[in-house]
Amino acid sequence: MTAAEPKIQIQGVTKTFATGRAPALAEVDLDVAERELVCILGPSGCGKSTLLNIVAGFLAPTTGTVRVDGRVVTGPAPERGVVFQEYALFPWLTVTGNVEFGPRLQARPADERRRTVDRYLDLVGLRAHADKFPAQLSGGMKQRVAIARALANNPAVILMDEPFGALDAQTREVLQDELSKIQRVEHKTILFVTHSIREAVYLADRVVVMTSVPGRIRQIFPIKLPEIRDRFAPEFTQYEADITRMVKEEVAKVHE
Amino acid sequence: MASLVSNVSTLVESGLRGPALTRRRALALQLGAVAAFLALWSVLAGLVVLLKLFNPIFLPGPWLVVGALVELAAKGQLGVHLVATLERVAIGFGTGAALGVTLGLAAGQLAPVRGLVEPVVELLRPIPPLAMLPLFIVWVGIGEPSKIGFITYATFFPIFLTTVTGVRQIDPVLLRAARSLGARGLPLFTRVILPAALPDILTGLRLGVALAFFVIVISEFIGAEHGLGFLINDGRNFFLVPQMLGAAVVLGLLGYAGNALVRLLERRLMRWQHPA
Amino acid sequence: MRTAATLLGALLAWAAFTAVNARVELVNPVLLPTPVQVGQVALDLGASGELARHVLTSLWRVVQGFGLAAVAALALGVLVGLCVPLRHMTEPVIEFVRPIPPLAFLPMFLVWFGLGEASKVAFIGYTTFFPMFVAIAASVLRVDVVLLRAAASLGASRADLVRRVMLPAALPGIVVALRVGVGLALFVIVGAEFMGADAGLGHLIMEGRTFFNPPQIVMGALVLGLLGSLVNVLLLAAERRLLGQRAAA
Repeated sequence: MTAAEPKIQIQGVTKTFATGRAPALAEVDLDVAERELVCILGPSGCGKSTLLNIVAGFLAPTTGTVRVDGRVVTGPAPERGVVFQEYALFPWLTVTGNVEFGPRLQARPADERRRTVDRYLDLVGLRAHADKFPAQLSGGMKQRVAIARALANNPAVILMDEPFGALDAQTREVLQDELSKIQRVEHKTILFVTHSIREAVYLADRVVVMTSVPGRIRQIFPIKLPEIRDRFAPEFTQYEADITRMVKEEVAKVHE
Repeated sequence: MASLVSNVSTLVESGLRGPALTRRRALALQLGAVAAFLALWSVLAGLVVLLKLFNPIFLPGPWLVVGALVELAAKGQLGVHLVATLERVAIGFGTGAALGVTLGLAAGQLAPVRGLVEPVVELLRPIPPLAMLPLFIVWVGIGEPSKIGFITYATFFPIFLTTVTGVRQIDPVLLRAARSLGARGLPLFTRVILPAALPDILTGLRLGVALAFFVIVISEFIGAEHGLGFLINDGRNFFLVPQMLGAAVVLGLLGYAGNALVRLLERRLMRWQHPA
Repeated sequence: MRTAATLLGALLAWAAFTAVNARVELVNPVLLPTPVQVGQVALDLGASGELARHVLTSLWRVVQGFGLAAVAALALGVLVGLCVPLRHMTEPVIEFVRPIPPLAFLPMFLVWFGLGEASKVAFIGYTTFFPMFVAIAASVLRVDVVLLRAAASLGASRADLVRRVMLPAALPGIVVALRVGVGLALFVIVGAEFMGADAGLGHLIMEGRTFFNPPQIVMGALVLGLLGSLVNVLLLAAERRLLGQRAAA
């Protein structure tokens, strides 16, 4: 595949859950370039998580296709790593066990696995907790393990479904900083769902604003800010304001 | 319909439970399953006769079981035995429940009562009640009192224990709130402690009913002239397997009804837990 | 060690009560054995090896019956998670059979299998199968779909999902189900040994009634209680060993 091909191609995707019910997603078309971090932003129930689940392969679209690296998505696969809001760590495995889960499935030799685990635990700063169980970790630490786990499997793209939604405001910002730092090192293609405008502006190369039910793309905001962003810079707050105005219009529609 | 065994797509879409069914579909499947079960049973029973696998007495078809019940009902015997069993369960459970709740409430509230009763309960609790049946028979003889006494003994424990737990594990915040509203002594007990402990007490009652039906059978095997358990064991002497199975099914229905009654009581008394 | 103190207290109360009764004769003293009498029977039977024989007979029946039922409950419980139509078929049938007290089928088992070991083992197996199967199926079905999704997007195949996610996730529930099964087996074995048995604790207790030997009845009951408690404590310890680390610290 040539470098100009988008990494993720979402074409004409719609989703209706049960015949006779209103569609959750209507006609979504979106391309994500390699190494891009795209945030999908929208009010509750606009279908953004459904879209992510379809890209991940957990749900099948009613119409349309999703292509990753030119190949059609038919189900979950290690090329599309996922980070969930509920962490989804395996409680019976240690941090190490969780992070090496993917490499283990691929029957990688033990010393290679150890190096992989060490590398990614260092990246998320949790090397000292390698032998702990998820039950012994805080929410922020759990999510960092989840991110390490997804990265350790060397996926082509990473899909994140409101990954910091369950964390308190402080931890949330710390993890945003961490993700930004990781992205500068790893340069992954990331599709990130959130309902926090601030978070989207901080992390994204482009922010995709979605409408309420049925979900469709309203507008895409390219974010022209430096790699390391200042949350209080005037340009930052300008983007926030613009997007907030648009999202408010959409929220008002939900409550009509 | 997808393949019989769930594949990865199904598993990640709807988990191990599988997709939710409409009520009609679910009901149809349930009826289908019961029908299939009866059909399988009938086929097996028929095969035994046709292929002369073994004496057909050992596996009578469902129609024979129903027939046996109908015959007993027609002769008036089913009613007699049913009433005998019900009487024992009702009186035994009633007494056990009364004792269990009153003693449980007392022990929950008053430390001296607890100190007196708890050692005895701790000693007797690990012993399966069935083990005490012969002792009751030795003490009181084979008649009704030993059976009823045994049911009382068996049902007493779960009811007593859940009642004590119910009283002792009331949220202390509730008690503090009540006290700061001026509740003391008897009113505190009847208006706050009792209602708060009610869910646990009712759970205990449900366990007691189940246990009562569980143990009544065995006490009716030994030295009884009437009762569903008697019907079952007596059937053994003449290989009246349809009668044995039929009486077991009736017993199951009774147990189900008893459980449903307690659940009804639960809904009535604890309407706050089921609004709308 | 509160329990030890409580039991000691109960023991003393029992001794005191029977001592008083011997004098005052509230109840015929023959019917109310003293701790000493019970202890004596235990020693006699223990010394002759009879007690051990009966205890081991009962235990062996429990092990066999429970073992068979556990294997079946595990296999079927896991299958129910994987085969949705199977679940829909078995659920109503279980609801139908569940309310019938297992002891109601004891005479049936005696008719089918005769008076030997097979009937007791089969009966224990039948009694413990249903509750264990229901509990195991429930914990399999409760496995969070998000764990399945996480594993699938890390490259898990169906076999991987079963072996590496479903089973470990359901393990706590499975272990509890098995522990409850053992408890139920011990609960019910006594009753099964009242009739048509010539060995076992239940038989020993019933013999005490037949030959009017109340101390033997009480001893049998106490030994049974002790056995049950011991097994329960051991199983709980094993459970904690196996699962302790996953639970919240």
